[in-house]
Amino acid sequence: MKSPFSERLDRRTAIKWMSTAAASSLLKPGAFALESTPAAEPGVTIAEAFDGPGYGTDPDLLKVYAPGELWPLTFDAHQRQTAALLCGLIIPADEHSPSASDLKIHDFVDEWISAPYPQQAGDRKIVLEGLVQLDATSETRFGKKFVDLKSMQHTELCNEFAIVKPDAVPDPSEAGKSTRTLQRFFRTFRNLTAGGFYTTPEGMMDVGYTGNVVLATQPKPPADLLAKLGLD
Amino acid sequence: MPLITSNKTQPEYDVIIVGSGAGGGQTAYTLTMEGVKVLMLEAGRSYVPQTETAMFQTGHTSPLRGASTPDKPFGFFDATIDGGWTSPGEPYVRASPGRENQFKWWRARMMGGRTNHWGRLSFRNGPYDFKPYSRDGLGFDWPLDYEDLEPYYEKVELLIGVYGENHGMENTPDSAPGVLQPPPAPRVGERLLKQRSTGIGVPVVAAHRAVLTQRQDSKNIPPKLHPNNPKAQRVLREAMDSRAACFWATSCGRGCSIKANYQSTTVHLPPALNTGNLDIVPNAMVREVETDDAGRATGVIYIDKTDGSEHRVKARAVVLAASAASTVRIMLNSKSKRFPDGVANSNGLVGKYLMDTVGASVSGQVPMLENLPPLNEDGAGGAHVYAPWWLYKEQIAGKLDFARGYHIEMGSGKMMPRMGTGSGLERFNGGGSWGKAFKKDVRRYHGSFCGMAGRGEMIPNEGSYCEIDPVVKDKWGIPVLRFYWEWSDHELNQVAHMQRTFAEIISACGGRVLSGGPEKDRRDAIHPGGDIIHEVGGAIMGENRRKSVTNQFGATWDVPNLYLTDGAPFVSNADKNPTLTLMALAWRSADHLVGELAKGNI
Repeated sequence: MKSPFSERLDRRTAIKWMSTAAASSLLKPGAFALESTPAAEPGVTIAEAFDGPGYGTDPDLLKVYAPGELWPLTFDAHQRQTAALLCGLIIPADEHSPSASDLKIHDFVDEWISAPYPQQAGDRKIVLEGLVQLDATSETRFGKKFVDLKSMQHTELCNEFAIVKPDAVPDPSEAGKSTRTLQRFFRTFRNLTAGGFYTTPEGMMDVGYTGNVVLATQPKPPADLLAKLGLD
Repeated sequence: MPLITSNKTQPEYDVIIVGSGAGGGQTAYTLTMEGVKVLMLEAGRSYVPQTETAMFQTGHTSPLRGASTPDKPFGFFDATIDGGWTSPGEPYVRASPGRENQFKWWRARMMGGRTNHWGRLSFRNGPYDFKPYSRDGLGFDWPLDYEDLEPYYEKVELLIGVYGENHGMENTPDSAPGVLQPPPAPRVGERLLKQRSTGIGVPVVAAHRAVLTQRQDSKNIPPKLHPNNPKAQRVLREAMDSRAACFWATSCGRGCSIKANYQSTTVHLPPALNTGNLDIVPNAMVREVETDDAGRATGVIYIDKTDGSEHRVKARAVVLAASAASTVRIMLNSKSKRFPDGVANSNGLVGKYLMDTVGASVSGQVPMLENLPPLNEDGAGGAHVYAPWWLYKEQIAGKLDFARGYHIEMGSGKMMPRMGTGSGLERFNGGGSWGKAFKKDVRRYHGSFCGMAGRGEMIPNEGSYCEIDPVVKDKWGIPVLRFYWEWSDHELNQVAHMQRTFAEIISACGGRVLSGGPEKDRRDAIHPGGDIIHEVGGAIMGENRRKSVTNQFGATWDVPNLYLTDGAPFVSNADKNPTLTLMALAWRSADHLVGELAKGNI
């Protein structure tokens, strides 16, 4: 996982996950190639810049961007409705903050999976296949699509697929395939929902992040906290 | 004299400087303050941190929550423009087999170069670091001593502003009293790392970073840096007065619109321009250095990227500060009858002995840091503490299986949430959660992670070098570099030592290792060459013209009016991040160049 403690270490991992995602089958050959190999010299590679239709290497950093502005979104009405429902299930309103669906995090998820970059293309496959499987499983089990299920039925499916016990033995059979698809989908969708939600002002406040404000002097950690932890 | 276009250049300058980063910025500053007329050529576009830096922008108003993409590898808000490990229209070739032997070349195509986004860690090399060969028989000695560079370290620290503390540690030089700015107070997690590291014998002290924690003393520093030069003092005073102290928010990697940290565009270039002695042409991609029949540099040829036109500019001296590998590329592409293998390359050493920093990291999760109360731990926008290399005695006594040291950059804090916040918690909370339980988990774990990054010394070797690729050219038709890379057991064993040590520190904090650790294969653990973005070497300095490319002042042996003031002349790459040393050397080289111009030698 990406550890959030520092931008420096975090960004070191960037290329690693990019190259992992580059193997995604959704990629058109060559469209996102980061490097190509001259046939004449095996093992020799040319490092070339990404030339996909992204925001480029010199975007306006000060502008406010909205989902759908830089590249077209993907979800149709039903997919968007399902995604909104899932956002609200994964991050519901509580006494600390509103729900992820209140903050339209499903539109961020759509922005993410619609992006023309390798990492996002990998997540796109997981999310779109997962949404199909979620409805299929809902139909098989309850005779309705996921958005039409009762609250108890949502709870049953979330408990089943969003929690994968560490000692669980994967079912290698064909029937186990849909389970694995949904487990992977819930994990990815939760990561995206959390990333989208906790980067909003409401989400930042929820986790107790109080920075990004101008201060005349450096705030020091509270003395009672340091005492409790036994730190100088 | 200001920012100009190609058609506004003067017929001849005293000095042409190629590159506007730490080396070019420092060289231009020193020369123009002494009245030298300078033309600077920058391959990237003009850039104004005061108006372009994304200071307070947060993820939710940016594409993909600011996450890394191939277009912006360090994230959307990173200051880098038209760069990264690839750069549009400017390919390079990697020719060594094996995953761990792939060299990655980070470039930025913008005014100020990579100084706009760097981590600002600013450590002095110690006395050992200038004589590594004498100490352990590996690599090469520098043709100068710590004492030669010490005055320049002090000047640079006073000019750019560096926070830190003196601890009197071995080969980790103190600054004179009053030179360093006060260091920030450590974050909660940093205090824990310090306490527990110290407990197992790893000393943790204040980091040194080029960030102002208070306003600079604009009354006393200018006369100290520029005695008997009232104009330079006035220009510097104005520049220092235009800089604010850190306001304890935002990451330095974004750059700094209030000029609280060092970047060439806010610290070196404004006063240099205000002397009236500097012209800068942006979008000027230098192809080659021109020489006359006597073997003296006469100027350079560059491509104006705005229209593809070719231009020739002339000067009494040429300074290459394009970044180590770019400087090598220009030299190797500067072929003439006198220099058939590239300018100043009569001994064939240009391109040899490329070095990066040895890097490896381990991350962990620390239960003691769970459920922290709301905190503002933005601090000075980077590390507040670090561990300097602490095993010099054990190493020289032969108790370690590698020859050179590393320092530890360690961090933990309740930082601004980003993509990744809330991810991967299934590793701790019994397989994953959802709903209100998930929100509670995110609250619990945010800020409980820590990470340690080792930054170690690589010994120069014969297998790490670059040359001109016989086939591939960039979009302006300029032949590109082909890189070769290899590690020795010294680097690989050092990385294994890092992995063990970092895991021990995390254990000492009561935490668990999440990635890395002693069981990780050292070839998987080591970052590829270039990944740490400290590439130096390629045109090393020395005392012997047969065994080096430049003298101790960065002047090439073959062409005495061609100077190199970036990382290219580095003879070794101590674990101390190279930028401060690079600037100190550039100031010293520029002083030498001023003297040569005054004496009429150039």
